[in-house]
Amino acid sequence: MADLAITPPSGTAPAHDEHATSTGLPNTKLAMWVFLASECMLFGALISTYVLYRGASDVGPYPDDVFDIPYTSVSSFVLLASSLTMVLALAAAQKRDVSRMRLWLLSTALLGLTFVAGQVYEFTVFYDEGLSISTNLFGTTFYVLTGFHGVHVTFGILMLLSLVGFSAADRLPDDAAFPVEMVGLYWHFVDIVWIIIFTVVYLIPTPAPAPV
Amino acid sequence: MSETETRFQEELGTRDMPDPREAQAPHHEHPSAKEYIRIGVILAVLTALEVATYYVDVGGALVPTLIVLSIIKFALVVMWFMHLRFDSLTYARFFVMGLAGAATLYLIVLISFGVFVVE
Repeated sequence: MADLAITPPSGTAPAHDEHATSTGLPNTKLAMWVFLASECMLFGALISTYVLYRGASDVGPYPDDVFDIPYTSVSSFVLLASSLTMVLALAAAQKRDVSRMRLWLLSTALLGLTFVAGQVYEFTVFYDEGLSISTNLFGTTFYVLTGFHGVHVTFGILMLLSLVGFSAADRLPDDAAFPVEMVGLYWHFVDIVWIIIFTVVYLIPTPAPAPV
Repeated sequence: MSETETRFQEELGTRDMPDPREAQAPHHEHPSAKEYIRIGVILAVLTALEVATYYVDVGGALVPTLIVLSIIKFALVVMWFMHLRFDSLTYARFFVMGLAGAATLYLIVLISFGVFVVE
């Protein structure tokens, strides 16, 4: 099989992969998209479970008792802003403007941290108001869904900070746009999941609990 | 195309198919920072509209409006920030396959459990 190895036609070699691929596309990027497609299944399951048990709790607190829409709206704006700073980091990386790339990456990590801190605070407030993961079906499905999302954001922050660290240690390739783009894809995915969660969990009203 | 590539394609039965590296190579450059900021502003406005919709009594239009707004936001991020609009169609195919598969599967589950039945 060794003599069947493919050599790319001139001018169409992948810009970032060390090896030519049979698709002509970087394997890393293809793998990232496949991973994100599989993540749709994971979050689809969690969101569906929340919707399935919406309004099915026998005891409170119910969503209307604990949700603070203005507070969560600000969190949503923060995460949305982090997606913007992420693409600005990519634009800077493509221009090989390393200092600006680091600045935008740090801004993205900081906005992500703000979002996670806001989520932790929200969880503690909800807990103080009597909503734990085992209080009712709302608590279970809500904490599992938003908790999984929060863990994903946290991993994203670690990846962003790693990129900044590698860049500071001069361990990123000259063209840092590719690793920045890969982390960016993950980060934007986390953002689009929140777009759905914000609408489905927070904004769409929950049916009133059935009278006992 | 080299002889070894031709042999490889014959073995795979893809001899007459277009060369994927040529057919699927990225067509466009990524947007500029200015365009990204424009999309960011549009996303912020759409989010503000979503939140406003929550407070304004729009009756039965609330849920459809919120869903449409979130789909627009989702599409803007995927197409522009994740560059699916500019990159190879192969990435889009993989992602849409996962997304559509998940949406279909879970919609069937929710319909089976009567979630959308109005009593």
